[in-house]
Amino acid sequence: MKNLINFFKRFLLLELFQGLSVTGKYFFARHITVEYPEEKTPQGSRFRGLHAQRRYPNGEERCIACKLCEAVCPALAIKIEVAEREDGSRRTTQYDIDLTKCIFCGFCEESCPVDAIVETRIFEYHGENRGDLYYTKDMLLAVGDANEAQIAQDRAADAKYR
Amino acid sequence: MINIEIDGKKIQTENGSTVIEAAHQAGIAIPHFCYHKKLSIAANCRMCLVQVEKAPKPLPACATPVSEGMKVFTHSEQAVKAQKGVMEFLLINHPLDCPICDQGGECMLQDMSVGYGNGHSRYHEEKRMVLSKDIGPLVSAEEMSRCINCTRCVRFGQEIAGQMELGQAFRGEHAEIMSFVSGTVDSELSGNMIDLCPVGALTSKPFRYKARSWELSRRRSVSAHDSLGSGLAVHTKDNRVLRVLPIENDDINECWLSDRDRFAYEGLNSDQRLTKPMIKQGGQWQEVDWQAALEFCANGLRQIAGGAGAEQIGALATGNSTLEEMYLLQKLLRGIGSDNVDFRLRQSDFSADGKQQGAPWLGISVSDIGRADRILIVGSFLRKDHPLLAARIRQAVKRGAQLNVIHSADDDLLMKIANKSIVAPGGLVEALSKVALGVAAKQTDGIAGSLAGGERVAVLLGNFAQQHPQAAQLQALAQQIAAATQGKFGFIGESANSVGGYLVNAIPASNGLNAAAMLAAPRKAYVLLNVEPELDCADAQQAIAAMQAADLVIAMSAYRHGATEYADVLLPIAPYSETSGTFISSEGRVQSFNGAVKPLGEARPAWKVLRVLGNLLKVDGFDYETSQAVRDEALQGVDVAAKLNNAVSAIESKPTAVIGLQRVADVPIYATDAIVRRAMSLQATSDAAQPKVWLHSKELSKLGVAAGAQVKVAQGQGSALLEVAADDGLPEGVVRVAAGHPMTATLGAMFGTITVERA
Repeated sequence: MKNLINFFKRFLLLELFQGLSVTGKYFFARHITVEYPEEKTPQGSRFRGLHAQRRYPNGEERCIACKLCEAVCPALAIKIEVAEREDGSRRTTQYDIDLTKCIFCGFCEESCPVDAIVETRIFEYHGENRGDLYYTKDMLLAVGDANEAQIAQDRAADAKYR
Repeated sequence: MINIEIDGKKIQTENGSTVIEAAHQAGIAIPHFCYHKKLSIAANCRMCLVQVEKAPKPLPACATPVSEGMKVFTHSEQAVKAQKGVMEFLLINHPLDCPICDQGGECMLQDMSVGYGNGHSRYHEEKRMVLSKDIGPLVSAEEMSRCINCTRCVRFGQEIAGQMELGQAFRGEHAEIMSFVSGTVDSELSGNMIDLCPVGALTSKPFRYKARSWELSRRRSVSAHDSLGSGLAVHTKDNRVLRVLPIENDDINECWLSDRDRFAYEGLNSDQRLTKPMIKQGGQWQEVDWQAALEFCANGLRQIAGGAGAEQIGALATGNSTLEEMYLLQKLLRGIGSDNVDFRLRQSDFSADGKQQGAPWLGISVSDIGRADRILIVGSFLRKDHPLLAARIRQAVKRGAQLNVIHSADDDLLMKIANKSIVAPGGLVEALSKVALGVAAKQTDGIAGSLAGGERVAVLLGNFAQQHPQAAQLQALAQQIAAATQGKFGFIGESANSVGGYLVNAIPASNGLNAAAMLAAPRKAYVLLNVEPELDCADAQQAIAAMQAADLVIAMSAYRHGATEYADVLLPIAPYSETSGTFISSEGRVQSFNGAVKPLGEARPAWKVLRVLGNLLKVDGFDYETSQAVRDEALQGVDVAAKLNNAVSAIESKPTAVIGLQRVADVPIYATDAIVRRAMSLQATSDAAQPKVWLHSKELSKLGVAAGAQVKVAQGQGSALLEVAADDGLPEGVVRVAAGHPMTATLGAMFGTITVERA
């Protein structure tokens, strides 16, 4: 009996038409593929991309070297050295993020008491050599300086949920 | 004993103890800030409020004595409500700057606010602000707004350090901790205030912004700077020592640490550290590899031993070299046929050698000193030489012990002194023999009377007495006094491993030369272990002359120092933090430790260097794999406790004739050893100020100079230009000039005649 049913199924190409019906459904449906890089998906204000170091409007860097991000980082990607600056304030002398270690969890951003280290919407960056993805303080500050408007806007949008 | 109940747990506790003590005994935590087990009760933070049955209001656990049948609830609704309320009040004025506060991560207030604080504050008015203060180079009071006025630092000053340098001024909202008229905190124990401060108001200046507490690795070590054997927790990061904290031990250092032990670590990171072996060739220093340097040493020593004779080789070590290093040094020297080895560099009287029945030691345990009821200190700058021992004696004096002092300077010991006899160095023996006679004659007044009236008598000879030209006589007299009063007598060891040096025989045996003789009759070759001859020896002038006359000087040192002028080889060795080793403290406590960090550059532990040198010189038995093997061999079959014996016999009296002014030389607290001398923050304190010439004001007017003028002090061929100052505590006929300082390294012996003239 079983063999008979199988024979008719094969003979009538039943499974082929079942499969084709799925293909046909998607063929006429509205397609959702994004044609990157011509097209891009929309990003939320909490997008966690490339890191940046921010400054206050007067140009003073925000980071106070509290080392909370370094402590919370699960991938041990952050390296900070502190020293007292001439004016007596606590500042970093070194603030490095190894992006090849980073898992973009956003804990650093969350732990920062002064919103100094943030993750931007930038995700299109690359390095041609291994060392290129080792971001130093100057590089991070440059990212922040270039994108401050967007960063500030995103922080403001998220402020009421924090 | 009293029965009480805390949180339903039945506890037996001593009558007179407080609720917080009983709770801690039973392992029940009660939150607190101002309470500290070693300090008096202030009960001003109110954090330890607990509910007590039948009491109408919550009571402070730290100030409530226990009574029979008492029922205490530490976590009841009433207690927790009170504790939370107090926490809210404390946080009203406390700034929210934890991210930049050095205390962050090890802060009592931070921890308590997690347990008892609210997530948000109901206080929206302006916070109180307290101005920052500069109280010296060690303790930072930059952020006094963080202070919660627990007054621990104030009580520490009053009760432990003996000097109230910080106090609380003004009242209520305006109350603040400050030093008296913007003075600095100069106590030699000031660093403990940093540990005591429950918040970030008092922090360590040298450690400021260096690291977070969670980044540091902790390693156990032992203090290398005095003979107490204090336990150190060495905190390191990235192979650097970043700070040092005490390890609590009630029998040694309790929970304190002297500033010298605490801040000397800066010297370990000094830029004067020697990192590569160096040989002088044609007057020029050249960096070489270890093989070349050690072969140079071995060849040099072999040549001198074969030519002029092995007795032309001498070895000197400092008393803070480890047991293993001293053992190998003496083994090496004896292996090549010389008996000239010594570590007692500042000693000038060696007549007790051979008459000593064992290794000189403290004669009593440190904790028993705290229990003594009559103490006689002979020849000691106690507070500066042994800060924590002084603190312990201060506690004994507070409990009613009588302290008697025989010395040549009248420094303020910051405790009540029952009797004192301040005499010139030449009269020290006479003063002590007077006491001995008085004790024998049952005298009832003065020092003798005080000692005779005691049940637990301790007679302690300090550094000054050990360095004295009649040290052996002083020892014999102390022995007499102790015997007559059924007390104990002993030496407060000069350095971390003084006892160890004796135990491993790092002293000449039968025919060898002692430290002083080796320098008085210059040798052709010297091996220096940690020694800076011009600063560590009894007679700086003589030491330098002997070094310059020698054909071969092998300097094993962690630092590039004065030896560059006369040494032929510099071998970089590791200080105590970078090598494993053992110190035997003054009370005979054997304490081994491991290196906290790796040796800097090409520096190597001295025991390894000596081991290879032994191999190159083909001395038998130099095949050690570890420092433990060296220690085991050195202490094999040695019952340390049985070897400790101060008894001495048949000491001949040796009258000294001194004409003119006599020198009294102290080694300033921050000039005792090579590491301390390079600790920058300690060198910035008032205790490390430039040495002055101290004279009685009558002597000053005899000379016709005013205090503050420059004078020329001279001994032998050398002289120094120093500022003169008056000290009426000094006996007449005495000039006090510090030793161990580069400015006085041109002078001669620490005792003896000295001339002072107008510059």
